[in-house]
Amino acid sequence: MSRSQVRRPQGRIGFGDDDTGCPILHIDMDAFYASVELLDHPELVGTPVIVGAGGNRGVVLSATYEARALGVHSAMPMSRARRIAPQATILPPRHSLYSEASQGVMAIFRSVTPQVEPLSLDEAFLDVSGALRRLGPPRHIAELIRARVVDEQGITCSVGVAPTKFVAKLASTRCKPDGLLVIPVDQVLAFLHPLPVGALWGVGEKTEEHLTRLGLRTVGDIAHTPLVTLQRALGEATGSHLYELSWGRDSRSVNPHEPEKSIGNEETFAEDTDDEEFVRTRIAALADHVAARLRRAEFRARTISLKVRFSDFSTITRSRTLHDPTDVGKDVYDTAWTLFAALGLERAQIRLVGVRAENLIPAEDAPEQLLLDAPEHGRRDAEVAIDGLRDRFGDEAVVPGRLVPGAVNRTESGQPPHGDRSAGVAPGD
Amino acid sequence: MKIRIERDVLAGAVSWAARTLPSRPSLPVLAGVVLTAEGSTVTLSSFDYEVSARVEAEAVVDEPGTALVSGRLLSEIAKALPAKPVVIASEGSRVSITCDRSSFTLPTLPIEDYPQLPAMPEASGSVDADLFAMAVAQVAIAAGRDDTLPTLTGIRMEFDGATITLAATDRYRLAVREFTWKPNSSSLDVAALVPARNLSDTAKSLAAGENVIIALGPTGERLIGFEGNSRRTTSRLLDGEFPKYRSLLPSESSSIAEVDTATLIEAVKRVALVAERNTPVRLAFGNGEVSLRAGAGDDAQATEALECSIQGDDLEIAFNPGYLLDGLNACGAASARFSFTQATRPAVLTGHGEGAVDDYRYLLMPVRLTG
Repeated sequence: MSRSQVRRPQGRIGFGDDDTGCPILHIDMDAFYASVELLDHPELVGTPVIVGAGGNRGVVLSATYEARALGVHSAMPMSRARRIAPQATILPPRHSLYSEASQGVMAIFRSVTPQVEPLSLDEAFLDVSGALRRLGPPRHIAELIRARVVDEQGITCSVGVAPTKFVAKLASTRCKPDGLLVIPVDQVLAFLHPLPVGALWGVGEKTEEHLTRLGLRTVGDIAHTPLVTLQRALGEATGSHLYELSWGRDSRSVNPHEPEKSIGNEETFAEDTDDEEFVRTRIAALADHVAARLRRAEFRARTISLKVRFSDFSTITRSRTLHDPTDVGKDVYDTAWTLFAALGLERAQIRLVGVRAENLIPAEDAPEQLLLDAPEHGRRDAEVAIDGLRDRFGDEAVVPGRLVPGAVNRTESGQPPHGDRSAGVAPGD
Repeated sequence: MKIRIERDVLAGAVSWAARTLPSRPSLPVLAGVVLTAEGSTVTLSSFDYEVSARVEAEAVVDEPGTALVSGRLLSEIAKALPAKPVVIASEGSRVSITCDRSSFTLPTLPIEDYPQLPAMPEASGSVDADLFAMAVAQVAIAAGRDDTLPTLTGIRMEFDGATITLAATDRYRLAVREFTWKPNSSSLDVAALVPARNLSDTAKSLAAGENVIIALGPTGERLIGFEGNSRRTTSRLLDGEFPKYRSLLPSESSSIAEVDTATLIEAVKRVALVAERNTPVRLAFGNGEVSLRAGAGDDAQATEALECSIQGDDLEIAFNPGYLLDGLNACGAASARFSFTQATRPAVLTGHGEGAVDDYRYLLMPVRLTG
């Protein structure tokens, strides 16, 4: 059972209108990328549309409800989506468009209350406690936001109104698309307890399996299991966490200052590969990209992590915390490559690699421990100069030497997907 | 094999031999200590392909022979026994240890699988044991701990006639110490890169004796040996080229500040309480004092000022408090002297007055000041 099943219509939607003590709103855009695309493609409204990278190896990033009706869902491999929805229109993602729309939506939220905690481009928690006197009860505020999002951005959203964050989030999921659901304080348990355990925040596939083996299928089952039993089965922390949630208790507050947690990029290869030299060039490219994003966002990362997915979809992640926080591509690459080399893979078939910068701190707060032997103008200066060139001439204007075809020995199968990169300037490393 | 040995003698010997045992040995036998009884001594030895250790201890040998047992167990047992004579005897595939009314039996490990210890190279000269221990400790603090840069985890030992120079750097600081020794040949001119952890353990353990003999293997062997107080050890040398550190030492300075070392150490410790990880302590030198400051913005802050004599320009500079304290402690002198050029260039820290040793320099790279 999975979270998606929470959406299954349950006959009765609506648990009453009493929104007293329900200051938390969870707002989720409906099929965000797809909806934004439809603004540019009015002829496709009402048809199945899938947003996802071309080729067969990407995943579905977003799909209209017409496509979802055919069984397509986010994160599904594109090849499968094509197979089950051959009639769907496939649009390549245009991230700058979504990010613009997101900013517009977030601006609407912030005009209601400064207590906005964005979770991603298309999702946020709001605590409207401070806006009640000015704007009316939570339900009213939710309607207001929904109307403004449609008017100003031309897309719809769903809003969950509840006493706590995780109940609000479940509520918005339940009323999708284009819905509003209030879970009154005295209805929280009635709402929660019939839900499958997978609906709880923190229950992934493994924990769900574990719970099912114990015969616990619904949130209510968890609530009526003694705490010590849960802790014995799941560990102390997870056990008490799930127990608290099952009784509707969630002490997390809406945190508007939630810093960006990580910046990462990953790449699924056109074909599985065991060509280490090729993987190395891709890790280099990802590291380069992640570092440029760090610099643009003015963050430095303390921790670099590497993700590798194999042909059988098993996935491993390794991370390393650096002595000094960095936003330099060379450091990100060196760390990621060290992590990869430490895996000691022998001709394993690799499907995907990802590089992620974690433990971010604002660059202005990052003290810079100087090095005894560092040249006056170091690697960072070079990369900042490259950022400038890319801003003017495009991302392909400058690429690391490692990524230029012919710069390294590579086998046939390892040719990078973009063959025309040699036109760029290639600084050596 | 059967021997009788005093508890303290046994415990001292085992702790030397077991000191370098790997916690996760690549071969099970490498977790063992070899006991060899012959004449009136028992020899304990260990080896993990990187470091070997060997010690001879006085014992009554009833039956000569050898045995290989778990070094960790032997060491813990030896430490825990009462101060009475200990009898160690091999009985088939087991070894029994009896002392007063306690007795232990340990399984033996297959000695035929145990690797041959490298031969101790020929002695190259000797040095006072206390001097050696202090010099190594002063330098080891600056050695790197990052195994991805193995060259920097070593201490470079340069032998030039009667002078030994030790140097270590993790790229954030550099510690250099010179001292004299008695070489067997005055024309000696070689350098070796010794893993810092091995060298500092060795120097500390050998400080109990009078002298330490240093034995440099032939160039091809990549091995160095140390001997003193009936104890011997050899260590593999590190490969790689150590940074050309001499050019990093500034030849001039624009200001020189001198502070009471103990007072400054206390002040840095206090102020650093509010310095979060990786954030610096700022030192502003001027008007006959140095004022220390840590923390910034909305976070906790602390300041403290102390007397300081300054020649030359005023200066504000920031350091990682841990690195600064390492250097101040290592100087081990009544007053600490800083030589500066700029706030973004390395500062040289030396000790002066009582307790000062000549020829110790601690070069510390600052943290770039922001805001």
